[in-house]
Amino acid sequence: MEQQEQFDAVLAADERIEPRDWMPEKYRATLIRQIAQHAHSEIIGMQPEGAWLTKAPSLRRKAILLAKVQDEAGHGMYLYSAAETLGVDRSDLLDRLHTGAQKYSTIFNYPTLEWADVGVIGWLVDGAAIVNQVPLCRCSYGPYARAMIRICKEESFHQRQGFEMLLALRDGTDGQRAMLQDAVNRWWWPSLMMFGPPDGASANSSASMAWKIKRHSNDDLRQRFVDMTVPQADVLGVRLPDNDLRWNAERNSHDFGEIDWEEFARVVKGDGPCNTERIERRTAAHTEGEWVREAATAYARKQAAKVGAA
Amino acid sequence: MSEWPLWEVFVRPRRGLGHAHVGSLHAPDAEMALRNARDLYTRRQEGVSIWVVPAGSITASSPEEKDSFFDPAGDKVYRHPTFYTLPPEVDHL
Repeated sequence: MEQQEQFDAVLAADERIEPRDWMPEKYRATLIRQIAQHAHSEIIGMQPEGAWLTKAPSLRRKAILLAKVQDEAGHGMYLYSAAETLGVDRSDLLDRLHTGAQKYSTIFNYPTLEWADVGVIGWLVDGAAIVNQVPLCRCSYGPYARAMIRICKEESFHQRQGFEMLLALRDGTDGQRAMLQDAVNRWWWPSLMMFGPPDGASANSSASMAWKIKRHSNDDLRQRFVDMTVPQADVLGVRLPDNDLRWNAERNSHDFGEIDWEEFARVVKGDGPCNTERIERRTAAHTEGEWVREAATAYARKQAAKVGAA
Repeated sequence: MSEWPLWEVFVRPRRGLGHAHVGSLHAPDAEMALRNARDLYTRRQEGVSIWVVPAGSITASSPEEKDSFFDPAGDKVYRHPTFYTLPPEVDHL
């Protein structure tokens, strides 16, 4: 029990648990599940925006979008690296993504129908991600917290480039403004779902809070995001598609409508607009890259043999 | 991917500073590890020099023996300058 006491003392002192420290098996399993799911989300998250790389309206927008998609890949790599410090194998995690045994964020199962969607993803989806992720920089597991610090620094560019693109649409033609509003209509509710089920129904929340993996509840973070986003929508001149959204002076916060949790459950289970397409694309990229991995391995072996012979 | 060994990555942020650990990656050999580390950990000029080290080559102290391992330094307060009381005229020493 001495090990448990030491673990508890580190948490109580708000210090970090490091890879080779003793930790409860459930703490380890929770972290593996969460970090892997987070890494998968970054990797799958390359697809909705990647779809617009060849269709970006200018070279400037294309260069920005390419850098952003490269960042998503990088974030996935930082996170797989953090997960591996817990004793799992990266290729096993990828297998579990491909077979559906591990999930990724539901948000990436929605399609990017128009160019405005790319900007709205930067504004709302990355905005929600930032609200979720900033507290993770103080997560009790050291490697995860350090990865999140890197990620949050880069995420700020993602949100700002999105908002800047939306300002251009706001100042554009009626058609561009309509495209902007349509994208907001489609992405608003899925963005609110990114914070996960309501506190009462969140299976993993309370243990994660006690372990200081999570610092705030799903509903608290969701409220923070809504309050932050409403004035930004005014700047863009768009309407957030919720008739119940209004300022509540008593709570000093915005009230907002009921989220469609049945839709959320459907998308989690695999029945969202793009679930199948995302996993097929991801699996194909992995399978079609097999020869590259083999070639690199063969080359490395050859070089090593040459050095050995010399 | 895991047939490729794991490499720990260390980056020197700028001249005058030491290399600091930033994370890890998989690569078939040292040269690819270095190139991948460049793409992964210095996309915004975070470094002027990179080391990659096979993860298996690192020998680490064990967290379990942390106390006995670092204890010997614990009772040697005389190694610190603040251990010595000097008169005010020379206390800037």
